Amino acid sequence: MTTIRVPTPLRPYTGGAKEVEVSGENVTQALGDLVQHYPDLKRHLFDDTGALRAYVNVFLNDDDVRTLQGEATPLKPGDRLMIIPSIAGGAPREERPGPSPSATIRPGSVPPRPA
Amino acid sequence: MANAPLVTTELDLSHDEILRYSRHLLMPEVGLAGQRKLKASSVLVIGTGGLGSPVALYLAAAGVGRLGLVDYDRVDFTNLQRQVIHGMGTVGQRKVDSARARLLDLNPDIRVETYDEPFTSENALRLSAPYDLVIDGTDNFPTRYLVNDVCVLTHKPNVYGSIFRFEGQVSVFWADRGPCYRCLFPEPPPPGLVPSCAEGGVFGVLPGTIGTLQATEALKLLLGIGEPLIGKLLLFDALGLSFEELRLKKNPRCRICSAEPEIHELIDYEAFCGVPGHDHEDGHLAREWEVEPAALAAELKAGKAVRLLDVREPHELEISRLPDATLIPLGSLASRLHELDSAEEMVVFCKSGTRSARALELLAGAGFRKVRNLYGGINEWARQVDPKLPRY
Ligand SMILES: [Zn+2]
Repeated sequence: MTTIRVPTPLRPYTGGAKEVEVSGENVTQALGDLVQHYPDLKRHLFDDTGALRAYVNVFLNDDDVRTLQGEATPLKPGDRLMIIPSIAGGAPREERPGPSPSATIRPGSVPPRPA
Repeated sequence: MANAPLVTTELDLSHDEILRYSRHLLMPEVGLAGQRKLKASSVLVIGTGGLGSPVALYLAAAGVGRLGLVDYDRVDFTNLQRQVIHGMGTVGQRKVDSARARLLDLNPDIRVETYDEPFTSENALRLSAPYDLVIDGTDNFPTRYLVNDVCVLTHKPNVYGSIFRFEGQVSVFWADRGPCYRCLFPEPPPPGLVPSCAEGGVFGVLPGTIGTLQATEALKLLLGIGEPLIGKLLLFDALGLSFEELRLKKNPRCRICSAEPEIHELIDYEAFCGVPGHDHEDGHLAREWEVEPAALAAELKAGKAVRLLDVREPHELEISRLPDATLIPLGSLASRLHELDSAEEMVVFCKSGTRSARALELLAGAGFRKVRNLYGGINEWARQVDPKLPRY
């Protein structure tokens, strides 16, 4: 069994679970087992072709799996996988007293820059 | 690795300054020479919000001679839960002015330079040029990639900090000595997959912890003491009160800091990330797939059958709710679509309209055609229709 640490931004898709025990011989299988249990998580980790998304960082113990054998990196019992999220937060802007058009930007569309 | 000081020039201290910094001068790691170096050093702080507040306060207190502050926002009442550089007396003021006044009150011997403008590809090189080091205290992906790229292209260290709810990340990205932000995060997540802080909330003390760590790293780099967080990502979890340190390596295929980079100049970061880095004042125009709260209230009053779909989290209902709304949190909407009838007229809402816009995309993708988004969410409903509801 391998423990996967689920970062806060993804916990809504694991029913709030912070750590999940999964089985699998390598990183791909362990993540596959994870999304098997939590189907809502799947589109956050994998693209439509089933490949791990480029912005998903997976660390095995202290090391980025990309610096090991990538998704084929083998796992031993007691290993710990961590998914490291890209988080942008810092000083979130609040909505203005008036309506804020940026609050409803449609994903994928970028409004023109002001001149 | 020896941590060579970023700043080698020194400036003389006055008697008052010697007294002010005596607790630094007593430590040989800083000492008179180190304090004189700090006086000769300069730091650009991008953002004077949750992270920028402690960063700027501690750098000013420590005697960093010149601080630059970049922020185009104004102090809002809801900032005060964590942005401790501001106060009741400066609500409504420009953040950079509010911060500057506080910093000069703390330490009148430093210089504070303010830039009341967004940090953009057009001004980033000019604004960062006169500073030794840059602190990333921003709140959005486009600006984070921009800060990284400016620092890589100009060989400056980027002291990175980021927060989400109860968790934070800290690192020093310095391409000349280790990996950069793009080595770790080659691509931003697509818009909509990661909730913004404004939607996700943040534990007020968390930016204090993370920002103070950023200030710590900045001072170490300026002085050339200790071991900087280069090639390491520090993760902090406030609830477990745990720190974890992960090893980072330079990505040999990094688009900007590898041996054969593809990026040689600043790019359009909003296009790269697919989201705006800054508020665009394009006026108040509800789009065709949106409905104004007042207009919806009129429809309901006229007896039109409209299903209200609330995609917030259950705990948010304790703050405010609309009668007869169906609750399906955004995270579980995809797996609960069967509970909804695509033949029904539907209006989706959340706190301020961001999550419901995502829900709308999901519903449209699943074939729902009679769905609209409540413009501005339940907070805008409280403004336009029902002032008895609290806004949050
Ligand atoms: Zn890089």
